[in-house]
Amino acid sequence: MARKLNAVVAGLIALVLSAPILVVAGVSVNAKRSLDFPPNGFSLAWYAEVFTDAGWRGALVASLVVAAASAALAVAIAFPLAWFIWRWRAPWARAFEMLGMTPFILPPVITALGFLSFWTTFDQYGAPWTVVVSHAVFFVTLPLVTLSMGFAAVDRSYVEAASTMGADDRTVLRTVVMPLVRPYVISGFAFAFVLSLNEYIVAYMVVGFTLETLPIKIFNALRYGYTPTMAAVTVLFVLLTGLVFGLIARFGDLPRLLGAWARHD
Amino acid sequence: MSALVLDGLTKRYGSFVAVHGASLRIPHGRFVCLLGPSGCGKTTLLRMIAGLEEPSGGRLSIDDRDITDTPAHKREFGMVFQSLALFPHLTAGENIAYPLRIRGVPADEQRRRAAELLELVRLPGAADRPVSKLSGGQRQRVAIARALALEPKLFLLDEPLSALDAKLREAMQIELKQLQRRLGITTIVVTHDQREAMTMADLVVVMSQGRIHQAAPPMEVYRRPADAFVADFIGLTNLLDGAVAAPGMATVPGGTLTLPDLPPQGRVLLSIRPEDVLLRPPGEAGSNRLHGTLSFVRDLGASVEFRIDVAGAEIIALARPQDRPAVEPGGAVTVELPASACVVLPPGGERPS
Amino acid sequence: MIRRAPRSLAEHAPILFPALMLVVFFVIPFSLMIAVSVARRVPGGFYEPDLVFANYERFLTAFFGGVLAFSLELAGLVAVLAVGIGFPFTYRLARLPRAAQVRWLVFLLSILSLSEVIIGFAWSTLLSRTAGITNLFVALGLMAEPQSLTPSFGALLAGMVYQAFPYTVLVLYPALARFDPSLVEAARTLGSSPLRAFFTVVVPALRSTIAATLIMAFVFALGSYLLPQLLGRPQHWTLSVLITDQAIYQSNMPFAAAMAVFLVLVSLALVALALLAGRRREEA
Repeated sequence: MARKLNAVVAGLIALVLSAPILVVAGVSVNAKRSLDFPPNGFSLAWYAEVFTDAGWRGALVASLVVAAASAALAVAIAFPLAWFIWRWRAPWARAFEMLGMTPFILPPVITALGFLSFWTTFDQYGAPWTVVVSHAVFFVTLPLVTLSMGFAAVDRSYVEAASTMGADDRTVLRTVVMPLVRPYVISGFAFAFVLSLNEYIVAYMVVGFTLETLPIKIFNALRYGYTPTMAAVTVLFVLLTGLVFGLIARFGDLPRLLGAWARHD
Repeated sequence: MSALVLDGLTKRYGSFVAVHGASLRIPHGRFVCLLGPSGCGKTTLLRMIAGLEEPSGGRLSIDDRDITDTPAHKREFGMVFQSLALFPHLTAGENIAYPLRIRGVPADEQRRRAAELLELVRLPGAADRPVSKLSGGQRQRVAIARALALEPKLFLLDEPLSALDAKLREAMQIELKQLQRRLGITTIVVTHDQREAMTMADLVVVMSQGRIHQAAPPMEVYRRPADAFVADFIGLTNLLDGAVAAPGMATVPGGTLTLPDLPPQGRVLLSIRPEDVLLRPPGEAGSNRLHGTLSFVRDLGASVEFRIDVAGAEIIALARPQDRPAVEPGGAVTVELPASACVVLPPGGERPS
Repeated sequence: MIRRAPRSLAEHAPILFPALMLVVFFVIPFSLMIAVSVARRVPGGFYEPDLVFANYERFLTAFFGGVLAFSLELAGLVAVLAVGIGFPFTYRLARLPRAAQVRWLVFLLSILSLSEVIIGFAWSTLLSRTAGITNLFVALGLMAEPQSLTPSFGALLAGMVYQAFPYTVLVLYPALARFDPSLVEAARTLGSSPLRAFFTVVVPALRSTIAATLIMAFVFALGSYLLPQLLGRPQHWTLSVLITDQAIYQSNMPFAAAMAVFLVLVSLALVALALLAGRRREEA
């Protein structure tokens, strides 16, 4: 009896969670240029338009480039910080860790405003690289959290054993720590990448007038010109995200990466 | 030849002192056991020797070379950790070859040496097995092989056998001893198991509460303990409070004993092992005899244990079954404490709890 | 490798880059925003450095008081609902066999890729008259005719809880995955039903995790700026919506910045209060 109830509840939750995606998917196959749901006719033209239309393609490329660059930069900031806190006994470094956690827990509009003021003051308003830096700092929390977890998972006796075998700091990092921490680098990068791809407000406030990322284009499409292409893009993104994390799950230990450690690990 | 010299090594954590001024000289090729109850500082001392803890005071040298400030990775010691710390992402062979790999030794030489070491620890052909597929005893051997890969000057082991079951443990004790003898390498093992120490060591270092109580070969530690703690920690012993009555004579509960090595006056503590206490016909007079009542008898198979009440103090005696006197609990018993078997110790001091 | 305090410059070196990046690109922008909040507005343009408190004075009106109160209530409600559903859900998730767990996790992570715009759009469609679920209810005979359920407070709530849900699960997951199942088993052997064991053993043991997650969900909900516009009526617009409106459409940066500072202070105060309350309870 309890098992059946569990299955029903689980099914219900799965349904509610996937409902919006189904709606979007339905909208994306409309034959006509309208956002009808249930869809009128069936057409995959909109998926093609993502790649054929210069505007959408440009936005797609821009988003991918910005996401990759800012995720990489976020990892580049988070890694030395997480390593430093793990390696040394330096309570003052925790302040930087706190600082790294803050951007993400502030309401995005506030962070966006802060960046807007900053870039304007230094006359860089609108320069494309500013959104990369802004996103990197905004999302640095994610690789920071995954890397902190990753380093915490490294058994210190491995490090000590390597020391007694003649490995100095750099060699220990290269041969013992990195192999154990690498999956967390990847998952941190993946999180930052996915979130940057879909981030609207910071991107809009910082480079909205010069660079059109996909979320900006989608929002504009919603306001000014209805086209199912934006729904097609969303479906593609969801599939891409599913693919990325599916691959991570296939080649790695996803539950462990998300923090599931058995007591005797 | 290399001698390891500890000179007043101290380790403080805030106000807590884990090791108080440990001084020791270990000649080359010896098998040393650091023995003591948990929290006595033996592991901390080993880690200071390995370079994994920075001493708060004192110096450490090997071959007359001061290595107190040398970082762990330059000390050229091999160490086996309690958790073994085998790298999970490498196979057995790769683990063993690790110290060679990071020194840039060519791959085929690495493989050769790993195979050689696996032969040494009696695990031939296991080079390509992942760590997860090895049994507890096999992992133990890989950890030992790995520590020995670079032919280190010092071989350090932190409670290496504690994770093994009893039978495997006994076998490994013998193997370790044989290995050490074969290689002639100076070895220091931390253990809380006194039987293990007595079996394996050339030199037993008894520690408690951060101090070294005695450092001597096993038989000396057993027969001539330096103080009450050592006497009581190693095996079973009787401890009797006494006072010097006249030169060469001390009063103890139930009578007086003639003993050598007595201080001119004052209180003393006497230690005598149960197997050295002799049972005499009740009431029979003689030197160093005490008369008391039998309170408890226990048959231990190879011997019989007698607990005798002598003027309020308890004396335990062990006798062979065939020497067992015909007496029941409550009956009169006479014991003889031969002077040669008694050890005179300073009074008071620490007892193991 | 001894874990001690770093000494030489070389040992401190690795933290320089992150520290620099965070100070230059986070601390400074944030401080600038505070500076902007006391600047004078230049009509048609941005602002002029000044020390004007006019912006902050505008808070002391009933209107903004109302908006602030609403924003806090909404965020609180979203947090409670997200964690209320998310906690038992994540608990069951962590007990599933590995393959099923991984499937659910990949699914939840994929939902993360839905931006606020899309969530708003999708939910407004789902709750609309022509295409929404009310049509399903009519077909099932539960309703007479299809209705639009949006824009409304309920629609907004649904959308926001939906948005917060994956984050809530991901934050709760580590603690619940590491939770020792033998505690519940012990309770069961002592006569407790699974439900009762859940409420008397699991929930109390993870009190602090639940509290931390509530705080996170609360702050997250406070930041929602699009959903209130897409799924709610003007009376449902939160402070974040107003800030965005002032900054982008009214070109009144100083006022927007002032509201932003105010929102941050209020959030921090509530977070601190919650942490303090938690600590006091632990000491008791």
